Amino acid sequence: MHFDSSTLIPVLPEIFILTMVCLIMIIDLFLDESQRQTTYLLTQISLAVTIFITLLVSSPETQVVFDGSYIRDPMSDGLKVFICIISMVAFVYSKEYLLKHDQFRGDFFVLGLFAILGMMVMVSSASFLSIYLGLELLSLSLYAMVAFDRDSKTGSEAAMKYFMLGAIASGMLLYGISMIYGATGHIGFSEVASAVATSGTDNTVLVFGLVFLVIGLAFKLGAVPFHMWMPDVYHGAPTPVAMFIGSAPKLAAFALAIRMLVDGLEGLHADWQGMLIILAVLSMALGNVVAIAQTNIKRMLAYSTISHVGFIMLGILAGTNEGYISSMFYAITYGIMAVCSFGIIIAFSRKGFEADQLDDYKGLHERSPWFALMMLFVMFSMAGVPPTVGFFAKLFVLDAVISVGLTNIALIAVFFSIIGVFYYIRIIKLMYFDKPVDDTPFEASIDTKVVLSVNGTSLLILGLFPASLLSICTAAFG
Amino acid sequence: METVYLTIVIAPLIGAIFAGLFRNQIGRVGAHWAAILGVAISCALSFFVLKSFIYDGMLTYNETVYTWMVTDGLRFEIGFLVDKLTAVMLVVVTFVSLMVHIYTIGYMADDDGYQRFFSYIALFTFSMLMLVMANNFLQLFFGWEAVGLVSYLLIGFYFKKETAIFANMKAFLVNRVGDFGFILGIAAIAMYFDSLDYAEVFAAAPQLADTQIHIFGDETWSLMTVICILLFIGAMGKSAQMPLHVWLPDSMEGPTPISALIHAATMVTAGIFMVARMSPLFEFSETALSFVLVIGATTAFFTGLIGIVQNDIKRVVAYSTLSQLGYMTVALGVSAYSAGIFHLMTHAFFKALLFLAAGSVIMGMHHDQDIRNMGGLKKYMPITYWTSLLGTLALIGFPGFSGFFSKDAIIEAVRYSTIAGSSYAYFMVVAGVFVTALYSFRMFFLVFHGEGPRDKHAIAHLHESPKVIIWPLILLAIPSVIIGYITVGPMLFGDWFNGVIFVLPEHDTVARVGESFHGPFGFILHGILGLPFILAMSGLFVAWFIYVKNPSIADVIKSRFEVIYNLLDKKYGIDELYQYLFADGSRGIGKVLWTLGDKTIIDGMIVNGSAKAVELLSGVVRHVQTGYIYHYAFAMIMGLLVMLTLFVNF
Amino acid sequence: MIALSDFLILSAILFSLSIAGIFINRKNIIILLMCVELMLLAVNINFIAFSHFLGDTVGQVFVFFILTVAAAEAAIGLAILIVVFRNRRTIDVEELNTLNG
Repeated sequence: MHFDSSTLIPVLPEIFILTMVCLIMIIDLFLDESQRQTTYLLTQISLAVTIFITLLVSSPETQVVFDGSYIRDPMSDGLKVFICIISMVAFVYSKEYLLKHDQFRGDFFVLGLFAILGMMVMVSSASFLSIYLGLELLSLSLYAMVAFDRDSKTGSEAAMKYFMLGAIASGMLLYGISMIYGATGHIGFSEVASAVATSGTDNTVLVFGLVFLVIGLAFKLGAVPFHMWMPDVYHGAPTPVAMFIGSAPKLAAFALAIRMLVDGLEGLHADWQGMLIILAVLSMALGNVVAIAQTNIKRMLAYSTISHVGFIMLGILAGTNEGYISSMFYAITYGIMAVCSFGIIIAFSRKGFEADQLDDYKGLHERSPWFALMMLFVMFSMAGVPPTVGFFAKLFVLDAVISVGLTNIALIAVFFSIIGVFYYIRIIKLMYFDKPVDDTPFEASIDTKVVLSVNGTSLLILGLFPASLLSICTAAFG
Repeated sequence: METVYLTIVIAPLIGAIFAGLFRNQIGRVGAHWAAILGVAISCALSFFVLKSFIYDGMLTYNETVYTWMVTDGLRFEIGFLVDKLTAVMLVVVTFVSLMVHIYTIGYMADDDGYQRFFSYIALFTFSMLMLVMANNFLQLFFGWEAVGLVSYLLIGFYFKKETAIFANMKAFLVNRVGDFGFILGIAAIAMYFDSLDYAEVFAAAPQLADTQIHIFGDETWSLMTVICILLFIGAMGKSAQMPLHVWLPDSMEGPTPISALIHAATMVTAGIFMVARMSPLFEFSETALSFVLVIGATTAFFTGLIGIVQNDIKRVVAYSTLSQLGYMTVALGVSAYSAGIFHLMTHAFFKALLFLAAGSVIMGMHHDQDIRNMGGLKKYMPITYWTSLLGTLALIGFPGFSGFFSKDAIIEAVRYSTIAGSSYAYFMVVAGVFVTALYSFRMFFLVFHGEGPRDKHAIAHLHESPKVIIWPLILLAIPSVIIGYITVGPMLFGDWFNGVIFVLPEHDTVARVGESFHGPFGFILHGILGLPFILAMSGLFVAWFIYVKNPSIADVIKSRFEVIYNLLDKKYGIDELYQYLFADGSRGIGKVLWTLGDKTIIDGMIVNGSAKAVELLSGVVRHVQTGYIYHYAFAMIMGLLVMLTLFVNF
Repeated sequence: MIALSDFLILSAILFSLSIAGIFINRKNIIILLMCVELMLLAVNINFIAFSHFLGDTVGQVFVFFILTVAAAEAAIGLAILIVVFRNRRTIDVEELNTLNG
């Protein structure tokens, strides 16, 4: 076997972030409490440099290295950049929360970086082995993060549930991979694709494996009925962890779907389309309906995520480039919205007060008009009200679905979105039309305020100028 | 040049944002500097663009600046089409706007909403520039709605005044009627041309000229006629043509500077501009042109008549605006687009002048707007007097003044036209000349001549307005007098609009007028011998006779022709009709629907019922989430089994 | 000679056992962890059987990775178990239901 060091160049972002996370882990050991900011700063710098390196090694063509285990293409570049950006924003808010709640410890950021590395590996996988390793690296880090607050009863319960269900899901995913391996004799996506093309698609073993794969994927995305972990984890985990789980990993899950289903098994499109339709419709229905009954905003956001996941799958199941583009657009948009919504929850929390009940948002407008406005942007964007970016995300997905003739599915999506608007608008009603029950002044550090403002207004700006984001997504599937 | 065009548009927007959002930080002076600077930059660059067209032979610029999105092959873009038509509009809009900005410093000096006002008018300038520079229908529509919005905000500027709120609501609703037609027209274009880009649509127009479509049943309609009439309905709303003119006189509730800027010089001309821009479409529908012609002629004459009996100084000018807009529309109807634009330009200058002069008078009279209370102001406000005189002479089309060239060209063009309705139109516009002179000089004499103000108390405070008010008057008076003489040759009969405005040879009335054109001086001589001049002079004379020489006659006439007077005073009862038929009628229907349909059926059963159902469902379904791991795992296994049975053929 | 299908059936039985263990057991979390391990081992049998009958080593390599990850997973699982026990003084699955709805 021959090794050429130039094959390492496309992998540089991952290599760099791995090096940095090991370094940070060691450095953090030697820091005392007062110097903990160093860990945070190093983390942010590492992510910024990773973005820079990713852009540096990016190019319009595709490179496959490590004997077909690793791929670098415009989609991976775009997703990696957004994963890092969203995570950086999430870390800014996390620091705010951790400082407010006296939990500012280095392991949060180290685990976060490992999770980001896992996501980047997933995004760039070209074989079932690498995608499995990336997925596990991400999942194991997240399990540990959920239990981050060691004294929290709900946190540990959520971690246990997440861990158990996650383990079952990866077991199923692996079982599916083994079946596909058995049917095709390969684990690389391109070899699997060509084997599927030659052997035909009516292979029972293949479809059998595919069902398990889709379930592993559905769990990661949080699609009904594999969503059960999500409300409990969002609810039980510390807010920054819920934010982290709810934002960037959805981009990785999107990549998981594209890599496995499109790169590897596009030949079975007819089969997985049917499966995704069921999952997507159930997700949109259950997510939107049950969210209405929630009184805890984190739990409500979990159900809202489930419904958004339905939309992301809708784009994928269209099976056209247009669909994948719209789905990627939706996933990125969703990541930005999710991180902003949790950022606001964090900004309003303080020691001993989580700001996670809907009633805590009553009269927010009187306490902080600017951040109430940001929350308004988020809610409008999630509900899909123009001119926010959420509207375009939904529009593109629906457009893609209709253009492949699945008009009924699109109608169902619209129907449940309308139901969903209720609980988003309810937050706005609470903020603007109710009297505040709590008039403690709003306090947040300046960096949180700035980032939150940029984050919130970006939803509006991207909505006015969606072409910039869309062009990134279009390039990914050029 | 792209930078220049972008700057022209963006500078007023930045001014507006500064004056609006940071009004407390930058204060009154900061706000007016921000807005004025923005508009001044635009104005300077507009002159530069015009100069490049005239002297440097610059070519038409038509580029997309930003692609907003693409869906189903339809591109939504922001782009600029800058040709000679745009260049003229740019200069007119930014120049008048700049004058109004400066004037506002004096006029609004004591107003609490000073910064807000500057923010609005700068925003208006931005919207209008977006409209005239658009190279596609989407942006046109954006500008169209944006000027409508700002106009709404400005008419209701004194938002605590009952009448102002009524007026802005009225303007808003009437414009909605027009806009509905307009957007239907755009939709029809998008549907049949599959593009929103001007150049593409115009290029495809000749092929689609004979297309017939079905709308209701089997009746066939010409596609072009449908599109053009729908678009023109939009123009009727914005350019206040009968019967959608009712909002314009009421819009005088807004402060005077915006009456000058929006309701005389720029926004209301958007419809005229739009039709001229769409000449490659309108040319293919003679029916639509006739429709335009008849509407315009009717507006030109009958709204002028109302002007004779109005007593509010601003309303007289407003009715005169309506009448002049009618003239422009007539020009469009006889395919004399260039004459329409020409009149638009000259009118913008002299009408802005007249409004600002009226504002000056109103300030002098301490916000008393009734011309019956005025009189003899000549000696107190000499500059206002002289500039008003120049503006009035331009308005009635006194030979040599700017209005003369444009109005005479229109009348001549109508004379040569052969399309249906042109003889009616000819009669109306010629008769209109008399009416114009009559109401213009009636107002002029009542305000400036005769006995002094009735209220002796007012005299003590009467004095000429401050410099920031006087200078814009003077600067506007200059083009009001000379612009026609300079530009009539190239703009009307030269090649200025070649390749910009499209006219079929058989419709080309301007060319026929041009056959006998031998320089502007010859045009004046020809005009003096013509019927319009005689009518204008007799109008002037009648006004002088009734209101200066023998004021008692006015009351005699009023009582003799009481029926006609009342008819005019009630503005033909159109307002009452609308109020009764549409406002009250629709409110009545609305009330029935509300109590019966909305409250019981929709609210009671559908909305609240379904909301309750969903809530109930939600409450039940949430209990599936029991919290037990083994239930969750069980759900996953069930999901697995269902999927396996559905998708795997064992 | 043992056929490929025999291995597959064995692994399917093990897989089903592990799943059954997860939702039938309502007492001890440690048994859940064991079930998860069993599930991964079932997958390993699959991989090795396929690898053997396909004459391809990739499957065996995959198994090594799975074993490694399974070890890490067990470590995390036990760590979380300890946190749960510290906070609740019980590792009863039935009492782990404060988060619901």
